[in-house]
Amino acid sequence: MGDIFVLAEHREGELREVTLEMLTLAGQLGGNVVCVLLGSGVDDYASKVAGYSDKVIYIDDPIFANFNAMAYQAALSELIKSEKPSVTLIGNTGQGVDIIGSLAVELEVPFTTDAVAVTLEGDKPVVTRQYYGGKINGNINFKDADTYIIGVREAAIPAGEGGKSGEVAKTANPVTAEITARKFLEYVEAAVGDVDITQSTLLVSIGRGIREDKNMPMVEELAQLMGADISGSRAVVDAGWLPTDRQVGISGKTVKPKLYLALGISGAFQHVTGMKGSDLVVAINKDPDAPIFQYADYGIVDDLLKVVPALIDKLKEMKG
Amino acid sequence: MNIVVCVKQVPDTSDPDTEVHIDGTGRGVDQSKFSFVINDADNYAVEEAILLKEKHGGEVTVVNIGGEAANQVIRMALAKGGDGAVRLDDESFVYSDVVATARLLKSAIKDLGCDLVLTGCMASDDGYGAVGIALAQMLEVPHAAYVKTVEVVDDKKLKVGRELEGGLLEMNEIEMPCLLAIQTGGNEPRYASFKGIREASKKEIKVMDLAATGLSADEVGESGSVAVMTQYSVPEVGDLAEMIEGDPAETSAKLANILKEKGLV
Repeated sequence: MGDIFVLAEHREGELREVTLEMLTLAGQLGGNVVCVLLGSGVDDYASKVAGYSDKVIYIDDPIFANFNAMAYQAALSELIKSEKPSVTLIGNTGQGVDIIGSLAVELEVPFTTDAVAVTLEGDKPVVTRQYYGGKINGNINFKDADTYIIGVREAAIPAGEGGKSGEVAKTANPVTAEITARKFLEYVEAAVGDVDITQSTLLVSIGRGIREDKNMPMVEELAQLMGADISGSRAVVDAGWLPTDRQVGISGKTVKPKLYLALGISGAFQHVTGMKGSDLVVAINKDPDAPIFQYADYGIVDDLLKVVPALIDKLKEMKG
Repeated sequence: MNIVVCVKQVPDTSDPDTEVHIDGTGRGVDQSKFSFVINDADNYAVEEAILLKEKHGGEVTVVNIGGEAANQVIRMALAKGGDGAVRLDDESFVYSDVVATARLLKSAIKDLGCDLVLTGCMASDDGYGAVGIALAQMLEVPHAAYVKTVEVVDDKKLKVGRELEGGLLEMNEIEMPCLLAIQTGGNEPRYASFKGIREASKKEIKVMDLAATGLSADEVGESGSVAVMTQYSVPEVGDLAEMIEGDPAETSAKLANILKEKGLV
């Protein structure tokens, strides 16, 4: 096993946690852990990732102040060609997904995305991925090659303590050509609405199992009885039944209420990532195999359209 | 503006009644009880294509890899405003990975002379989220992933918003021709009109087999792939929730009591 490249990910002045998760994974695989840090004036990130790496390749260039897929791909491509790592790990994130497929095709390197586990068979990585919204797993068999590129799911592998102290090698950007076909302009923050669900004590959260927006009044009645706020999955927000700022999950909010009552939410990882820190999770779902039951303290396998009206009656009774 | 939109037909796993079971080969799932729909993100890509066509003119070509059954999702995209379609269909295409899939799409798209290629950002069944980005590289055009907003700057440039974690939009300017992988939720996919559906039945769906793609057998399917899923398995399940049993009257009563005991209601 030679070098394992890990691409550091940062955004708006923050080194993202997925970087440390991938460095931890690389350490577990047993190769020489090389963190590739593309940034502008981010020496503090370099020292941080050095604690998890045997070596840090740090390219300090204003073009990397903000993420630009074309600039990233150009630099990574040159580094992989010159340094010949055995494996390159890239976060399967909004940034990573924007380069993994194109970089791998450019280099003609076998690759896959969204790994939840990576092991080695000899020097060859074996990747486990999820299919059908996390209902089944599948193993990826790579074609034999000298190097592989793997997109690693965020929050799938916990970051360790580090305990390394790699040297930081400041390197000149191997790419000097100007990038003109794509330009970063600015970040636009997500809209903020009337309720901040990250501060809610009780959340009634709805998913596709709600089926039609005519069932919304029932949910609103339940939430009102409980004194809870309403949140939901991406599907419900996409359908326009809830505003964007009520979305729980990777591309929405991370919530930590005392109670998270998940109604008709299957529990795909994109959602679970945003709610698994809740104190008490209760899930009602028709599908006994729904992944949400793995994250719930209490579960009811039934149609929420039958259970919720009964629950409303019970709560009304209790209140007298 | 001439636009290609790639659509995939997938099992409707959003239906809570759809159960997923591994079949006897270990490489597929039992599809006998599935209903099939257009992939969710692709549906938003189709809408984006039609919105751009309505505003800026041009033609929309729908491209799909699939058997005759996939005509259903192609016809629906045509009914909404697509002008023509290509369906890549050959036994040798089975088990194509991301790279082989992108290669097939390229064979259908490369001679269409389009300004913009749209794909969904991810398929709901296998979830690779990489075909569009790989395809862009093969077509040698710039790309953007997870695109939620598209604005035409002028006839050479677009302004696109990419949705990142936490809902942050990363705004970019991108030159055409280019490829955008479209995220869900950025528009409101329309329903096809009866008139549209009638007209779609007359539009041509060109079918391309292996010979028509100009590719060799070892460039498609498993032999043309670099990362093949070889074995499905049932995930190890962590500690499950404590299940509350009974009919709705019983389960709701038990749940109400639990919530009360914990001081939550």
